[in-house]
Amino acid sequence: MSQKPIITLESVEKYYGDYHALRGITADIGQGEFFSLLGPSGCGKTTLLRAIAGFEDISSGRIMLSGQDMEGVPPNNRPTNMVFQSYAIFPHLSVSENVGFGLRKSGMSRDEKRRAVGEALDMVGLGEFGGRAAHALSGGQRQRVALARALILKPKVLLLDEPLSALDKKMREVMQVELIKLQREVGITFILVTHDQEEALVMSDRIAVMFEGGIAQLDDPETLYRRPKSRRVAEFIGMMNFLPAQATEGPDGGASVEVAGLGRMDLLAVQCPSGVPIGKAEVGVRPESLTLLYEGQGAEAGRAATGSVTEVVYYGDMTYYDILLDGAPRPVRVSMRNMPGRRVLDIGEAVNLAWDPQAMVLFP
Amino acid sequence: MRSEAGKGLSLVSPTLTYALLLLAAPLLMIVAFSFWTQNFLTIDRTFTLDNYREALTDPLYRELMLRSLKISGAVTFFTVLLAFPIAYFISFHVRPDRKSLWLFLITIPFWTSYLIRVFLWCVILAFDGPVNGTLMGLGIIDQPLGWILYNANAVIITLAHAFAPFAILPIFVSLEKIDRSLLEAARDLGESRAMTFLRVTLPLAMPGVLAAILIVFIPTVGDYVTPRLVGGSGGTMISNMIYAQIFDLNDRPMGATLAVCAMALVGTVAVGLIVVTRRWTGPRG
Amino acid sequence: MNGLRAYAVVYLVFLYAPIVLLPLFAFNDGTIIAFPLQGFTTRWFVDLFNTPALHEATLNSLIIAVSVAILSTILGLFAARAASRYSFPGKGGIIGFIMLPLVLPEVIVAISLLLVLMQLGLDTGTWSIIAGHTLICTPFAIAILQGSFANMDRSLEEASVDLGETPWSTFRLITLPLVMPGIVASLLICFTISLDEFIIAFFLSGNEPTLPVYLWGQLRFPARLPVVMALGTILVVLSVLLLVTAEMFRRRGLRRTGQKDTGGFL
Repeated sequence: MSQKPIITLESVEKYYGDYHALRGITADIGQGEFFSLLGPSGCGKTTLLRAIAGFEDISSGRIMLSGQDMEGVPPNNRPTNMVFQSYAIFPHLSVSENVGFGLRKSGMSRDEKRRAVGEALDMVGLGEFGGRAAHALSGGQRQRVALARALILKPKVLLLDEPLSALDKKMREVMQVELIKLQREVGITFILVTHDQEEALVMSDRIAVMFEGGIAQLDDPETLYRRPKSRRVAEFIGMMNFLPAQATEGPDGGASVEVAGLGRMDLLAVQCPSGVPIGKAEVGVRPESLTLLYEGQGAEAGRAATGSVTEVVYYGDMTYYDILLDGAPRPVRVSMRNMPGRRVLDIGEAVNLAWDPQAMVLFP
Repeated sequence: MRSEAGKGLSLVSPTLTYALLLLAAPLLMIVAFSFWTQNFLTIDRTFTLDNYREALTDPLYRELMLRSLKISGAVTFFTVLLAFPIAYFISFHVRPDRKSLWLFLITIPFWTSYLIRVFLWCVILAFDGPVNGTLMGLGIIDQPLGWILYNANAVIITLAHAFAPFAILPIFVSLEKIDRSLLEAARDLGESRAMTFLRVTLPLAMPGVLAAILIVFIPTVGDYVTPRLVGGSGGTMISNMIYAQIFDLNDRPMGATLAVCAMALVGTVAVGLIVVTRRWTGPRG
Repeated sequence: MNGLRAYAVVYLVFLYAPIVLLPLFAFNDGTIIAFPLQGFTTRWFVDLFNTPALHEATLNSLIIAVSVAILSTILGLFAARAASRYSFPGKGGIIGFIMLPLVLPEVIVAISLLLVLMQLGLDTGTWSIIAGHTLICTPFAIAILQGSFANMDRSLEEASVDLGETPWSTFRLITLPLVMPGIVASLLICFTISLDEFIIAFFLSGNEPTLPVYLWGQLRFPARLPVVMALGTILVVLSVLLLVTAEMFRRRGLRRTGQKDTGGFL
């Protein structure tokens, strides 16, 4: 990170009575970053977000915003603003009154406020909606009002608590793109909480994957996807096949593995996030890292495998096959983009595959 | 930030303090009084169980307590029985946007003065009142009915009318909570309408029925106005005696004692009811 | 389901039967409350206006009812907010205790207050009735207000704070407007309950009778009965008007904030 981080979390702990909700959270979040907290429900991501906003106390550790310790600072005095999961649009006020709500204490004149509200509404694409009653809006419109209402105050950090979970699939995809565009336009730090890993992958500069109150891995989306540090992270992000393997130490701190169904391969140190286990191990391989070979196609030496089709799932643009590799105890999922010249295979067909050792990850 | 518990307690404290001062303290005072005796206008505070002995052994008091329980029991029985079909009707056979209108219509009569309503029953059931008038006019009887006023029957009718909405509302709430797809599932599995009602609707409505029973039974045992106005001599209840002790006979401790006995009796019956019906109100209840 | 519908109609007739008699005999030109009716008159109402004792009793009742409405609603606000927003030790017991007057026979409440007053050597009177009525009305206020608070999304208050407001200004700008229909309903209902309440007033009124107590006193004079009917008619009409107003406010409040109607004050 080139500049000082805008948020620093130092060993943040939180207990609810005996329940350990946040365990030693330490992270830096940069200025202008789109940062996501990702994890299953109950992992503490919303608790952490609310602690940054000031709605939850922490039991120990420090939360620093722009270099200042936020201990004892109430939410209304922090340079953060939040978009709540239910959007929390004030039902008894109009859209304009909602958006301009936080300006009451700003000392701006009535005209200045009106202009600011107009600009904020234009920014989220609701320029004509100012006079509407707030309770007569659709889900997507409410979300934009919530965004405008928060951004008009020019916070240093915008906190979003599962903002897209209440929308239907189509709306969600539209809003994902809009949020990314909005963040780039405004240029401030966004912190997003979500349980949807696809969403996090699409939108974030970096993602903190959380399980049970702690951060399991903090990386950019590509690193998380290709180099998950633990089996749990690997399973949570996207789909991962696991094949039994025998491992020994390999050259340069890496590993030499014999994988059921695939064969021998050497893995680099970066592909062994938990170190090199000796003996029984597992190798993770993503569905797109295995390639089905059609007539006339071949694989590199030592990089081929054979098997048969046990299941076919057709998705239109992709087809997912379950392939039982010869020598493997259970099928692996392979994804193939559908293209002219690639027919959809039948159950029971024998197949040839090619595999790429660089895509493997070793787990104990 | 103060803890949530701290904030909650301090927020509820004004109301709690008020209730402690005006409810708890006076109730304790009644209990205290029941152990004292009164001579004309002075209260003798030596602890004594004489009042209780008298209350529990004197046949007059026992008869009154028993009659109060019986009348309340009858009122509860009829009221709840008659309330259930109405609650069912509104819950299952009225359009959702009309439901609150029906509920409103049902509750309006009961926001008017209780005293006036009881007095009106006096008028209705009178010897020369509308009930007798209509029945004689229709030729059903040729002498006015003497047994509908100034006795326990009149008390039962009047109280059943007065407490109707108290019974309807809890049953209605319970019925509303029943997931309609449960009933559809039962029909889908082959049950007739009647059996679906008996096997699914009724058991699920039990918590509401129990609440209705308690909401009607507990206050009616201690009612004063109705027995006084329409009960005659055969329909007086325990509260009338309590009043008499305090105001007419100048024996406040005895009044207090009877009040404590009545409360204990009602409490026991209520708890007994809850325990016995636990089977039907289930783990939810 | 015609059988049930017929039953419902008959039931409604049963419910309204006594009330319908009031205007019937209030305008009846006869001194006995019995059929047959004997012609139309408004002299009983005129009689009402010429009775000073009645005016005093009415004034008493109004003073008490207004005081009770305000007090109960305030106490109810505290308790309802505590109950719906916070959890604290003993919450169930505390709230249950405060709601106890709902199931206690009013006689018990009346007697206990009377005994305390007698012991403390204090006089009964208007203020003691206010105290007693507030005790029994507060549970109603709590029930109504708890519904209002429950209907309000919790994050609305958090959003307000997040946008820069203090807890107090949040209450003023956000909570109060959204809870206002419940407050109005509570005021109206507590007012009505207090106006109509008899037992506690009877035990505690001393020399300053309320309207129902005055009514009671009139009941033993057969000659006064038609006037009682007239008074009763006015009281009933007033109560119904108040309740219809309360209901209208409730519905308007729901409409303004776009919430669903869940069927009344419950």
